[in-house]
Amino acid sequence: MTIKAILMGAACSFVIAPAAMAERGSDGHLNIIYWQAPSTMNNYLSGGTKEMDAASMVLEPLARYDETGAIVPWLVDEVPTVANGGVSEDLKTITWKISEGITWSDGTALTSADVKFTWEYCTNPDGGCANSNYYEDVVSVDTPDALTAVVTFGVPKPFPYGPFVGGNTNIIQAAQFAECVGAKAQECTTENFNPIGTGPFMVDEFRPNDVITFKANPNYRDPNKPSFATVTFKGGGDATAAGRSVLETGEFDYAWNLQLAPDVLSNMEAAGKGKVISGYGSSVERIMVNLTDVRPEAGDERGTVAKPHPFLTDIKVRKALSMAIDRGLLTEIGYGATGKPTCNVLPAPAIYASSANDACLVQDIAGANALLDEAGYARGGDGIRAKDGVKLSVLYQTSTNAVRQDYQALVKQWWGELGVEVELRNISASVFFGSDPGSNDTFQKFFADVEMYTNNFSGTDPESYMGGWKCDQAPTPDNQWQGNNMPRFCTEAYDALVAEMAVTGDIDKRIMLAKAMNDTLMQAYVMLPITHRSDVSARSNTLEGVRMNVWDTETWNVADWTRAK
Amino acid sequence: MTDSAQPSSAPHSQWWDVWRQFKSHRGAMISAVIFLIILFAVMFGEALWPFDATLIDIPARNQGPSWVHPLGTDQLGRDTLARMIRGGQISIAVGLTAMLLALFLGTLVGVSAGYFRRLDGILMRLTDLFLALPLLPLLLVMVMLFREPLSAAFGTETGIFILMVSAIGITSWMPTARIVRGDVLALKEREFILSARSIGTTPFKMILRHILPNVLSPIMVSATLGIANAIITESALSFLGLGFPPDFPTWGRLLFDATDFLQLYPERVIWPGLAISLTVLSVNYIGDGLRDALDPRIRGR
Repeated sequence: MTIKAILMGAACSFVIAPAAMAERGSDGHLNIIYWQAPSTMNNYLSGGTKEMDAASMVLEPLARYDETGAIVPWLVDEVPTVANGGVSEDLKTITWKISEGITWSDGTALTSADVKFTWEYCTNPDGGCANSNYYEDVVSVDTPDALTAVVTFGVPKPFPYGPFVGGNTNIIQAAQFAECVGAKAQECTTENFNPIGTGPFMVDEFRPNDVITFKANPNYRDPNKPSFATVTFKGGGDATAAGRSVLETGEFDYAWNLQLAPDVLSNMEAAGKGKVISGYGSSVERIMVNLTDVRPEAGDERGTVAKPHPFLTDIKVRKALSMAIDRGLLTEIGYGATGKPTCNVLPAPAIYASSANDACLVQDIAGANALLDEAGYARGGDGIRAKDGVKLSVLYQTSTNAVRQDYQALVKQWWGELGVEVELRNISASVFFGSDPGSNDTFQKFFADVEMYTNNFSGTDPESYMGGWKCDQAPTPDNQWQGNNMPRFCTEAYDALVAEMAVTGDIDKRIMLAKAMNDTLMQAYVMLPITHRSDVSARSNTLEGVRMNVWDTETWNVADWTRAK
Repeated sequence: MTDSAQPSSAPHSQWWDVWRQFKSHRGAMISAVIFLIILFAVMFGEALWPFDATLIDIPARNQGPSWVHPLGTDQLGRDTLARMIRGGQISIAVGLTAMLLALFLGTLVGVSAGYFRRLDGILMRLTDLFLALPLLPLLLVMVMLFREPLSAAFGTETGIFILMVSAIGITSWMPTARIVRGDVLALKEREFILSARSIGTTPFKMILRHILPNVLSPIMVSATLGIANAIITESALSFLGLGFPPDFPTWGRLLFDATDFLQLYPERVIWPGLAISLTVLSVNYIGDGLRDALDPRIRGR
């Protein structure tokens, strides 16, 4: 009898044990698919969204944006503001108070020294940090005590939430990355692939450009989270397969960036395994125009401002290229209801959207032809325009994706009507967005005349984003080809606008400046925005807690994701 | 009884025998007809068919088969039949040219290795080396390295054509080389070679006049297999998004573009897939028939 009781008790305890701790890890395994595979877990070494989202599983900023665009405290108790005394009256310092008891996944405590180190790491001039524009104007980060970090700016910062807010500026562990500063940043593969973080998960195995496996961080601050014990973060493939694996077969729980023709997407959703989720952020599909000469003959100065482009430096050519594009038609074919044609690189938040460039929404091929005639480019025997022996012949590159290839084909046809010869090229997305300084095919190196991709910014304040087109943000060999200024656009007037915005507090004035910057870029035609895209992802019906966030990483609240019972 | 010495029919050439044997291989005959039809269609189809393969006609997009567009249109309103014709030109041109290159290389290596004992070891080790190379990764590297210089030197289309043809040719000559070497080794020991040598035939003449005609049948068979192989490799490269630029329809590229629409418009996958399969199958059958026809021991049975 007693033996039976003991056995029963033992059996019960087995049954009860899992139920009793229906907390961390109780929901088993989560499958995420990103059809562009992350190449590193260190968001400072890549400008790509995929790396940012992968890093966000492990690394966290001090505060971040929620799905409404509001800043929420993350590793701190409250977001510093002037009202609560966290931001000084002169707007030059912001004091972050790290919450008590936050530890890294190795069990050591998160301290303000890590915050200071992160700033030093990203602003090291030899490091090639891809997100250094977020640390613009920071002159020092002081650590009066272990949990207080005081960020001091050289100028008054009306929006002091550039550094350490949002998925672009995660805190990395000083102890781990101490030897990886400067030129050695790219070489520290162990550190870059297995960063120690404060986030809900830790890297189990990282295979670059392939699969990442995560397991729950045993030292995560909330003992009940994350509810998934392990995560597979599959990279690679294409948008179609990713969409299908969530919406039709249910093999995966979450798929990112489903850039698919609208009819394909709705057909997939009809299978009933998952939902398409979307939101309009700041994503704009745009064509970047290269102002530098990228022919191999340019030698070491290839793709730098020292060698200007033979004909794209002529604004009339750039304007004609823009006029020939029918943005409405492209958007309808490529995105349907999930996109809007746009003439601005800064279409959101709505208050910053300029209306000064809307004329570009109407295609004007005759006008573009007249403009090229006026610029002195005459049609040759083969129908291609040329001036002084320089033929209007462009190489147009983008990533491999059916929608982008449709865009390419259409734009080629229109530009062909202008007498511009177009060579199309598509590059595997993992390579194109891979940010590998050794590859000639990355979007940063931009060894083509024009290229097309989508970019956006995290958060709601466009200051850092618009600062990306300053002269010193151009990718060059000196900064390991990192930076956001793909056209290598460089004018004093624009840099002055950026500098002015950095010291302007009044919101109306900031809106005006942001619009002015947008208009400067648009009227210089160095980038030709086409479609304001909503971010489209898909989640399985069995996955709950996903809050689609267009202002931060999509995995921002992965700790809260649960399996539907 | 003396009239039995008279030939029963008029004398005829060896090629007539080959043709007669080939005709009796029904599969090969059907395949030859199909292949000729495909060849004819892609060579003259563009002149006969009014639509241009790259012309975008948005209002007509995503149409099913109709009288105007017998194979329908794609997501940009481009006529699928016109794209199939243009794609076939490129795919078959790549296939044939790459095959010729592979054949030339393979025969050169095979005959040299088989005939000249001194070259045998080194050439065969070279063949082993090439066989051991993983084909697709090698092609990817070649595309990456030589794409730009070739495009710059010959223009995009020709440059990439040269690149594809040489990439495929250089990586597919090895089976031919091995087969040819084996045959040459066997031939070399035959009496007619010995007698030719005894009257002082130079090695060059020997190869040209006595060896090559006798190894013609394996060469022709491997040629037909080579075309099929080259078309498939080109399709694979285009399918991977490498190879020709995206607006350049080849059968592989059409297949690649259509995969997204597999469920909505399955015919877009079927047409290029069918064309590739038919071409490859028919070429293989022709090779099979040729092998039988060219072998004097089978012929006449």
